[in-house]
Amino acid sequence: MASHNLETSPYVSDEVRQTTCYMCACRCGINVHLRTGSDGKPKVRYIEGNRDHPINRGVLCAKGSAGIMQHYSPARLSKPLLRTGDRGSGQFKEIEWDEALNLATEWLGKVRKQDPKKLAFFTGRDQSQSLTGWWAQQYGTPNFAAHGGFCSVNMATAGIYTFGGAFWEFGPADWERTEMFMIFGVAEDHDSNPIKLGISKLKSRGVKVVAVNPVRTGYNAVADEWVGITPGTDGLFVLSIIHELLRAGKADLDYLIRYTNAPWLVIDNPGEANHGLIARNKAGKPLVINRKTGKAVAYDGKGAKPNLKGRIKVDGVEAVPVFELLARKYTSADFSPEETAEITGVPAEQTKRIAQELAAAAFEREIVIEQPWTDMKGERHEKMIGRPVSFHAMRGISAHSNGFQTCRTIHLLQILLGSIDCPGGFRFKPPYPRPVEGQPKPHAGAKPGEPLPGPHLGFPRGPQDLLLEDDGVSPKRLDKAFSWDAPLAAHGLMHMVISNAAAKDPFGIDVLFMYMANMSWNSSMNSGSVMDMLTAKDDDGEYVIPKIIYSDAYSSEMVAFADLILPDTTYLERHDAISLLDRPISEPDAACDAIRWPVLEPDRDVRGFQSVLLDLGARLELPGMTNEDGSAKYSDYADYIVHHQRKPGIGPLSGWRGKNGTETGRGEPNDDQLKKYIANGGFHMEEVPHEARYFKHANAAWQDFAVKMGFQDAPIENVFQLYLEPLRKFQLCAEGKADPQPPATHRHRVLTCFDPLPNWYAPFEGAGISTADFPHHAITQRPAAMYHSWGSQNAWLRQIHGENTMYIPAEICDAAGIEDGDWAWITSHHGKIKVPVTRMNAVNPKTLWTWNAIGKRKGAWALDDNAPETKQGFLLNHLIHELLPPKGDGLRWSNSDPITGQAAWFDLRVRVEKAEPGHETSEPQFAPQKSPVAPAPDVVDYGKEWTE
Amino acid sequence: MTSLPASTEKKLGLVIDLDICVGCHACVVNCKEWNTGGYGAPLGDIDAYGSNPSGAWLNRIHTFEITPEDAPAQIVHFPKSCLHCDDAPCVTVCPTGASYKRSEDGIVLVDEDMCIGCGLCAWACPYGAREMDPVENVMKKCTLCVDRIYNENLEEVDRVPACVRTCPAEARHFGDFADPQSDVSKMVKERRGIDLMPEMETNPINKYLPPRPKSAPTNDKRPRNVETDSSPAPGSFLDWVDRMLEKI
Repeated sequence: MASHNLETSPYVSDEVRQTTCYMCACRCGINVHLRTGSDGKPKVRYIEGNRDHPINRGVLCAKGSAGIMQHYSPARLSKPLLRTGDRGSGQFKEIEWDEALNLATEWLGKVRKQDPKKLAFFTGRDQSQSLTGWWAQQYGTPNFAAHGGFCSVNMATAGIYTFGGAFWEFGPADWERTEMFMIFGVAEDHDSNPIKLGISKLKSRGVKVVAVNPVRTGYNAVADEWVGITPGTDGLFVLSIIHELLRAGKADLDYLIRYTNAPWLVIDNPGEANHGLIARNKAGKPLVINRKTGKAVAYDGKGAKPNLKGRIKVDGVEAVPVFELLARKYTSADFSPEETAEITGVPAEQTKRIAQELAAAAFEREIVIEQPWTDMKGERHEKMIGRPVSFHAMRGISAHSNGFQTCRTIHLLQILLGSIDCPGGFRFKPPYPRPVEGQPKPHAGAKPGEPLPGPHLGFPRGPQDLLLEDDGVSPKRLDKAFSWDAPLAAHGLMHMVISNAAAKDPFGIDVLFMYMANMSWNSSMNSGSVMDMLTAKDDDGEYVIPKIIYSDAYSSEMVAFADLILPDTTYLERHDAISLLDRPISEPDAACDAIRWPVLEPDRDVRGFQSVLLDLGARLELPGMTNEDGSAKYSDYADYIVHHQRKPGIGPLSGWRGKNGTETGRGEPNDDQLKKYIANGGFHMEEVPHEARYFKHANAAWQDFAVKMGFQDAPIENVFQLYLEPLRKFQLCAEGKADPQPPATHRHRVLTCFDPLPNWYAPFEGAGISTADFPHHAITQRPAAMYHSWGSQNAWLRQIHGENTMYIPAEICDAAGIEDGDWAWITSHHGKIKVPVTRMNAVNPKTLWTWNAIGKRKGAWALDDNAPETKQGFLLNHLIHELLPPKGDGLRWSNSDPITGQAAWFDLRVRVEKAEPGHETSEPQFAPQKSPVAPAPDVVDYGKEWTE
Repeated sequence: MTSLPASTEKKLGLVIDLDICVGCHACVVNCKEWNTGGYGAPLGDIDAYGSNPSGAWLNRIHTFEITPEDAPAQIVHFPKSCLHCDDAPCVTVCPTGASYKRSEDGIVLVDEDMCIGCGLCAWACPYGAREMDPVENVMKKCTLCVDRIYNENLEEVDRVPACVRTCPAEARHFGDFADPQSDVSKMVKERRGIDLMPEMETNPINKYLPPRPKSAPTNDKRPRNVETDSSPAPGSFLDWVDRMLEKI
């Protein structure tokens, strides 16, 4: 036999630097192996997961593993750019940073001095909102938010209002202990690797996973049972489960009495201004019926034994416990599985069996942990007892006009089963729980040259917290967040910013400033019209949106529409704080935060956006960013991360605080803090004491920990709000019983949609058009290999998902005479697209779907004009209008949830027709943009220098 | 023609759990990332940003839709790489001796210095597990990360194939199938792991764990109702609340 030269122990790398991945929102710990390249400089040899990291524990997904191609992408911008041609043409000249920053300062400075609301500053998929929001607050514009409004704000807001937490990446299932797991509207998620690790644990323990999703891909493909629900009907399905559970007496009454407002009394005084409000005593405490005495007493009074049913007179008016209202509502035949089956597409048998299995897991497989704990009322419990059923839900639920209420139904189900933050249930990750009582209210204002009085985004307690002009109707914000259009818009409405600015409704702006947001393409509804809005001119020949500043690391479709480009770095070249003030990387048993740091120096003339923002802040002399002598307070973002204090002792990072780095959570800034993080692998982890790990919403030890860590300054009571009184307050205004009153145009929807008990109503788009003309639903999913991966053109990943097709159920294909591989026209009330078709069975029979954000515009992302992403790839966005079909009242009704303003992407209704053969190119097509970057190489043979 | 060893001391290979694989492609990309800077020529990509990008990959995921008669259609993700067969036709077909199976651990490799890029081995492989590198025109295949599993420059815990180390669903396992006490051998026994296309008589080392049966909405004949003896009679839910509250 021939002998072979084989080196089994080859040299790997010169150095390993540990930082945080940013290929998506999951933010895993990574080990970046560096090795000298052919030019003698360090180059990335390999990126792997960090085994010690709390999020990914060593694993790494496809996106993270493709980081090399992202970092060295030919689509990277390399120098500040100033527009020279018409907007949209892509013609720019390179300028120096000084000129770029002076221009930006001039544009922004003028607006701040004259009328700060003429600036709209919105950031996309970045995760430095703690900085960007603070900057916008110091600047004084009311128009700031990140991209949550078009992502999953319904899920966040419904969760915070209901129980002070949320799914997203803020709370997982208790993977080690749960006995049944249901997942709604999730193909892939923010918590990408933790969910995969978790599902793997469940499968190996033999725990049943039930997936509710119109499409059986991703996590739904491995689930033990699939509920192929019709889009937009999940709330009704959940309420049918609740119907079954209540009728069978399967609710954790002890849990409801201890932790929820189920016993609180609701005033029953029809036609009066207090009807439906919570009955309170003089001190404002909610009242309950004491079972022993039959009298109304404060809910938290010593020895109170609250009843869950009954009727009592309080100050002469009748009142009934929340639970009785709830039980009467959901046990009604309207919610029986037989009644809802046709709408949801879920057979009644299946709904009943799932209800049965949930009840069996929750009540027959109780989990007991021998861990004493003390609740916030001072009662000692010898054990932690759990109902081991758990849930996760995300964007498929959120992105409907009934999303807020639907998210509430899922939380109601969790709470009725007693499974929030108990062993085996849903678990809060620090700093959560954080109920509305611990959250800010929204702020606007906008006085020339002054900061806002508080943070932009928050949680209104009622109509009095809306951000309305003195007329009581006009929105203070460009996106109309916290107005009658979207009263609880806790993340703003980024999807309405350009549309409203172009329509000057409610007002026009002078400068649009955006970061990492591909608004002229896949991040907007109605992308084609958005391009027109960005290039529209007034009668005087000036652009309707006069100035656009944009920061991105890559040649995205949005670049061509900006006047000034501030080129950002890649994620391996920058500092970042994954902060407990923002969106940390905690796990249920530990409060965690992390950093990014430049493991490689940029080889281009680019700067991290956050450093640029602080520089602009100093040039604009914004409070907090400028020293008394006018000099910059922070030299760059790293300096800010270490030295900024939001309040004394509290900064972006919780680890190694105090002069000597010995304090955690609270403490003075420590000059060596970043060094400590780097030495520890880029993250900090503070374990939650065992006594504080469950029932955090009511756990005294958790409250102590939260105060010690600086999450809050004092204990915050967290009573789960099954009945959401703020919604009732909005209804009373719409009934004309309280002020401020909504315009007549808005009353009906406030009355019908703002039910204080979780409810279901049909999605708006389907209700506004003829469903006979548009009989099918159409939705998108992001593939796991590209989920939330904004710099999405990647030489490796595009070989996996370089083109998308429309997956169409076999029945619809047959009816339309479409074969696998044919092309079809998909038509909505708003537009028409031509797409390639793949026939599919594992999908709800009324629903078409495709992968989102695969389609690219010619000229962007350094791709060839004939790339499959441009020729075959397509966006569903062209079918989705940012406005609802006109109602004849002249108003521009946002295609959004009426409560939160969440973009209702998945309300879309369509019809399908076969396209004539030939011309196999997707439509619409747009003229190529001039690429601002050099052509990409033909060949990639990465790593060649190390293999020769 | 190249001969195979009569037997190998170890039979190193992978167990891939099709019940857990969510088709995320982590293994696919991490494999490419490790190997493009490692064993032999890089895993090249031609027309990388163009109309017909094509690259060499050592591991790919195929997705199938299955439509059983008595249950809803389902999707199965199927990762596939070289199975390091005991009777590897890709080795015996090799005209230069470049393709070989190691007698110590059973890993099938290509000695790129000897490979003439004729492609016969790829034709001979019934699994389509070998790919010609489009840039270097040399045959590429899974090495089972032979440059990791014995690599003293890596921590011991990391001496596993890149795909196994990175799999977020922990659906991939590495070990010695010659040892009946190894984790992989036990896993295959317990879960009735299968050979891929046994009729080809290649005796693959890699094994697949089949998906567990899934429940269908209507073929479960158990009683449907949630009610039990302790449940309220129909219509008397609030009376039941009374009784229950007495116990609290």
